Amino acid sequence: MAQAGVIAAAPAAVPHREATVFRIRLVTVICLLVAWEGLAALGSLEILYGDVIPSSWKIVFAIWNEITAADFYRDLGITFAEHIVGFIVGSAIGLALGIAMGVNPLLRKAIEPYLNAIGSTPKIIFLPILFLIFGTGIDSKMAKGALSAFFPVVFSTALGMILINPVLLRVGKSFNLNQWQTVIKIYIPAMVNPVITGLRLGMAITVIGVLVAELKFADGGLGYRLGNYYEQFRIAEMYAIILIIFALAALANMGMTRLQTYANRHQGGSAAHSLSVATN
Amino acid sequence: MTGSFKLSKSPVLVGGIGVAVFLCVLEIAVETGMVMELVVPRPSDTFLAFPPVQEDMDLVGNFFVTLGMTAASTGIALAIGVPFGYFLYRNRRYGVAYEGWLAAAFAAPTVLLYPLFLVIFGRTYLTLIMMGFIPGAIPIVIQTRQGLLGVSQTLLNVGRSFNVSEREMFWKIQLPSAVPTIFTGIRIGVMYTLVNIVAIEYLIDFGGLGRIVSEMYFRFDTPGTYASIVAVILVSVFFYWGFGRIEKWLRPV
Repeated sequence: MAQAGVIAAAPAAVPHREATVFRIRLVTVICLLVAWEGLAALGSLEILYGDVIPSSWKIVFAIWNEITAADFYRDLGITFAEHIVGFIVGSAIGLALGIAMGVNPLLRKAIEPYLNAIGSTPKIIFLPILFLIFGTGIDSKMAKGALSAFFPVVFSTALGMILINPVLLRVGKSFNLNQWQTVIKIYIPAMVNPVITGLRLGMAITVIGVLVAELKFADGGLGYRLGNYYEQFRIAEMYAIILIIFALAALANMGMTRLQTYANRHQGGSAAHSLSVATN
Repeated sequence: MTGSFKLSKSPVLVGGIGVAVFLCVLEIAVETGMVMELVVPRPSDTFLAFPPVQEDMDLVGNFFVTLGMTAASTGIALAIGVPFGYFLYRNRRYGVAYEGWLAAAFAAPTVLLYPLFLVIFGRTYLTLIMMGFIPGAIPIVIQTRQGLLGVSQTLLNVGRSFNVSEREMFWKIQLPSAVPTIFTGIRIGVMYTLVNIVAIEYLIDFGGLGRIVSEMYFRFDTPGTYASIVAVILVSVFFYWGFGRIEKWLRPV
């Protein structure tokens, strides 16, 4: 009886739990805003960090100014172009090498230690090499984006190839599938999840890679814009750009997660938020 | 026939030969002018640039500067991250409420916050430590909570059957069981901390190894630039390999 009571009460408990979670989030946001405004007030009274923490209204106003400024879209376009080209080039190379590593165990074991070594290194230190090869213009940022995207994609693709269930391959053989049919019917469906995971990670890291490169040397892009505001001590605008970048990165990540969930719909899985070492 | 068979059984050797061949080809390409020496130095010149870079820029000393910053950031991340992860485990609803935010923060380009820290703390080591702390703490919080949530119910029941106190339950059952998962968070945290610190050092020309790369580039010392980049790679490999070994030791199965 008691068990039946628990089972009956369970559906009612779910909305209650969701409401509590919502309340916690709401209270947290309000507390953070109040704390922020308190610090901003202390700053305006020159008690603490004058001008460093502007009022949240100033930041909202700065965001509005940014998104209504024409030159903002020029910089956004530059960053977007660098990101997309870098992401596509890096992902394509990563995908090809990942497949080659999955197919050829000797190649994988031979180059994996070197890829791991460079993969765990902060890619920003390769910027001087990219500047030497491509110059300090848009090309070096694209190359930096490609370098950032390459590593998560190559690792995920190679791992996806290795982890393909051998039973599926044996079933394919028993059905006399030719090589092309094996690729279409077995490899591609089994690879969708790890490849999209790699692409999702790659996309997030490419954003960071491109923006950081723009912060070092550039004459356009959102990173350049952020650096300019820092040099001019325009703090509210700095926060505005950072928040806009965070929002765009979150949107891109959300889009890739949705794509992954859609691709997984027949496998009963969801886009996992696994933590991995993939450096920018 | 026998030789090729042996080679296929030794991927490490194949990889080593591949790298050696690549370096030889590059040496010849630079020597013959096919690759501009100003852009890519001879591998031998890069190798020979290590002693001058050490003498001029104190590579080893700066390695310890970066190491010290990484250790300080990781220490703060541990001191805050583990208790906060435990709090999120104990208060499940807070854990659920903040779970998504933590995942989003982990994926966010937090490195872009460095101009703000520059404004607050100036071009000091504190900026480096704070910039290392942020990406280091997030995976530690997430993995601490995950590790404690994943403790076997059987172990907890055994503890209860022995009437152990809550404190003993934590120190003798929960924490030891969660250590491997927490350590995964620490490993990821340390790698992100190191990456962020080197990146900021490079961007603001201050601190340890990252500053050397930037300075060498500004001097147009191409072999020196490449040598300092190789030094950073070696440090990253040391961290990656070292923490991987410890993680394997903690998680033997």
